[in-house]
Amino acid sequence: MATRVLDQHHAQAPAHGDKTGVWSWITTVDHKRIGLLYGATAFFFFLLGGVEALLLRIQLGSPENTFLSAETYNQLFTMHGTTMIFLAIMPLSAMFFNYLIPLQIGARDVAFPRLNAFSYWVFLLGGLFLNASFLFGAAPDQGWFGYANLTSKQYSPGLNVDFWTLGLQILGIASLAAAVNFFVTILNMRAPGMTLMRMPMFVWMSFITQVLLLLAFPVITVALILLMYDRFFGSSFFVPAGGGDPLLWQHLFWIFGHPEVYILILPAFGIVSEVLPVFSRKPLFGYAAMVFSGVFIAFLGFGVWSHHMFSTGMGPLADTFFALTTMLIAIPTGVKIFNWIGTMWGGSLQYKTPLLFAIGFIAMFIIGGLSGVMHSSPPADLQQTDTYFVVAHFHYVLFGGSIFGLTAGAYYWWPKMFGRLLNERLGKLHFWLMLIGFNLTFFPMHFVGLHGMPRRVYTYPEGLGFDLMNQIETAGSFVLTVAFLVFLYNIFQTSRQPANAPADPWNGATLEWSIPSPPPEFNFAEIPTVRGRDALWETKRQRGSTLPEPARVSGAGIHMPNPSYWPLVTAVGVLAVFVSLMVMGYTGVWGVAASIALLFLGVYKWAYEPAG
Amino acid sequence: MDAHVTGTAHTEHSHPTAGLYFKVGLVLFVLTALEVGLYEITYGEHAGSFAPTIKPLFVPMLLLLSAAKFALVAMFYMHLKQDHKLFSGVFVFPLIIAIFIVVALIVLQAYHFSFARAG
Amino acid sequence: MTAHAQAAHLETSTGLDNRKLAIWTFIGSECMFFATLISNYLVNKGRSLVGPYPHEPWTSPAGQHFEPIFEIPLVTLGTALLLFSSLFVVLALSGAQRGNRKALLGWLAATLACGIFFVGMQVYEFTHFVHRGLGFTTNLFGSSFYTLTGFHGTHVTIGVIWLATLWVDALRGRLQPHRALNLEMAALYWHFVDVVWIIIFPVVYLIK
Repeated sequence: MATRVLDQHHAQAPAHGDKTGVWSWITTVDHKRIGLLYGATAFFFFLLGGVEALLLRIQLGSPENTFLSAETYNQLFTMHGTTMIFLAIMPLSAMFFNYLIPLQIGARDVAFPRLNAFSYWVFLLGGLFLNASFLFGAAPDQGWFGYANLTSKQYSPGLNVDFWTLGLQILGIASLAAAVNFFVTILNMRAPGMTLMRMPMFVWMSFITQVLLLLAFPVITVALILLMYDRFFGSSFFVPAGGGDPLLWQHLFWIFGHPEVYILILPAFGIVSEVLPVFSRKPLFGYAAMVFSGVFIAFLGFGVWSHHMFSTGMGPLADTFFALTTMLIAIPTGVKIFNWIGTMWGGSLQYKTPLLFAIGFIAMFIIGGLSGVMHSSPPADLQQTDTYFVVAHFHYVLFGGSIFGLTAGAYYWWPKMFGRLLNERLGKLHFWLMLIGFNLTFFPMHFVGLHGMPRRVYTYPEGLGFDLMNQIETAGSFVLTVAFLVFLYNIFQTSRQPANAPADPWNGATLEWSIPSPPPEFNFAEIPTVRGRDALWETKRQRGSTLPEPARVSGAGIHMPNPSYWPLVTAVGVLAVFVSLMVMGYTGVWGVAASIALLFLGVYKWAYEPAG
Repeated sequence: MDAHVTGTAHTEHSHPTAGLYFKVGLVLFVLTALEVGLYEITYGEHAGSFAPTIKPLFVPMLLLLSAAKFALVAMFYMHLKQDHKLFSGVFVFPLIIAIFIVVALIVLQAYHFSFARAG
Repeated sequence: MTAHAQAAHLETSTGLDNRKLAIWTFIGSECMFFATLISNYLVNKGRSLVGPYPHEPWTSPAGQHFEPIFEIPLVTLGTALLLFSSLFVVLALSGAQRGNRKALLGWLAATLACGIFFVGMQVYEFTHFVHRGLGFTTNLFGSSFYTLTGFHGTHVTIGVIWLATLWVDALRGRLQPHRALNLEMAALYWHFVDVVWIIIFPVVYLIK
């Protein structure tokens, strides 16, 4: 272990301008801290979404159950979906974007540190706004996709849909701001020698994700605006009685919604593409193919959206077009799967927890991909749509895919972020419980779905053949609960260990493993020069040996951006604008005007503050 | 996009002059006048005997005129012609997706309603 | 940290300034925003259940007569002014980059004048239309029209505020050549807003 100067209160050496206390976190512009904030907040919402799911599973555990009322059930499945997508998976990915992208490209921070902080605060406030709906007994209850005209004022007179509409707008702002930031960071702040085709695969997949965010979110922003106008001002964009078309909502939503699912999976693809090579002691198979298949998936992802609408009577021409594009998009995905297997093939496999989750990811994602391809046939989908078969499919890709991938990333990068390795035995226990629990919960859904059990209904009658499967699924969800308790216990136990993990516990290939764990505020004492793909393996190869433990240096003379509270103020301004729209009945236009003034104040002060 | 290029990007050799900007402005004005003129002779009060022949060509011609204006502002006022190609890429790629979405929605809607009417 | 618009030597991977790349990225994203609004307008075209209509006269069941709602001359004037404002802001930027404070202040003021006039024209147009019977919820045409042009007008207004702030900066001598990027960013945004109008004008006002 390297010798380090230990501050008596903290386990890490004071770097330049090391700060402690709540205020330092509120004003932080350090990408690592912002990443940890995202992670903690997202993990909390993930557990909340999990509790919502558990309640759903208890209700569905037996036929004609009265554990939840229909209305409560509707609120819970809506919030479960909305929470898991927007408040869990996306911000967990954001944790990795924030923490890792600058480290992996050899930079000291992102391009716009204050904009980065702003994104986090807007996300936090948006998530709180969305969940505040529970306090009013008016949690969103229209499904995470909010189909018109159920969402019209006539059929949803309460605040539920308003919380959802405005909440998603707030979250959209966070995502767009972050996407601009990471897009510029990846293009512009790479270390010398790091050409695009030498970037770590996680950075590539993240880059493509940012492009998808930039192009898809504006579409749902408009859709939500139109819905808001229908509800608040009486327009009829989605109301047939006024000449509007409910199907337009579905088109606009899914033009966003389909790229959104690639936004949800690509970061996990990137993480798995990092973990597999390191734990196979072998470079990623087919790097270029991985890049181009990712780009192809993103581009084509804008041409498949109506496969969510095969039962709406679009007509045979539309059905055929989207069926073909959907089948086509399976190809680049298949390329990736073969390349991951090819990476492991002939490698020296180190069966540590990150690798187990990565392998689990591949297996589960294959299953999810297969059910997805089954959906791509319109006639087959007419049986599958709106049944549990679809629920099985997207849980296999989002849970078996994204969550398994993100969990692999958590175990892999935990030592870098916290200076402590998570316990291996508990990690393996977590993995097996999660794998078994997950499959118990979701595999039977393929069968009940094809047997006709519909989605989004709070109960089912006895004797339809659904009972046993649902019992198994509910039992599985409890196994999953135990899995997460094991994970929480692991985190807790690990936090009580000394933070003495080495810089490079896994023999990593990428630059983040060349600096101390956890890194100093300025990341790199000297910006590295990159000489090839898998930059760190290349460096180790050229040295002919492993690298010594990096020393902790003071970072004096390295100028880092100043902390600031204007991003938070501006974020509060954003929240205020949307809250004022919600309560316009009470505070009128003056409330909106005051909120806009607060927003302007935040922006002006931010703009004129020296960035440092 | 390769590593560590020093600031060659903004030493423009053929920096547009004020004269060029004025010329582009004049062309933009003329194109706008043409757009309105085309409208007037096809649908407006000055619609003459040529109107029926023009009508099927009206939309394509109008879109062509506005595309030309769009390109002029983008290339000269927004400086894309002289600037690094990355800026053009960052602008054009979303534009392509955007045009696809607009066209797809129009086609889908037209087809959906004609399909529905056909029963 | 990488340079803030310091003279020639940018240490970024592309050689391009972070902030200039950021504004272009934002503009790319905004293409999708306006494309969706324009799509909404176009798919709703001709599907209003009642008038007033953009290009056709209409008599309501109650017997009230409405002329076609659009008034091409006024909006053409606004369109021309917005186009000229793009020219003016380019000249202002050129002045800023060359350190010519008078050119900067003069041309930027001209830009602002055109922008303010455009917004004023839109406000007048909206009030006039409402007066003539086209409210926001009157029909699908009204909702779609006001939403599309309203969001465009809001973008113009934000641009006016941004440029006005820079004009005050210039007046105080704080928009020197090495800080010209601030104006360049605002100008790019302004041009984009103009370019969106270049599409909206024919698609909404001229195409029947």
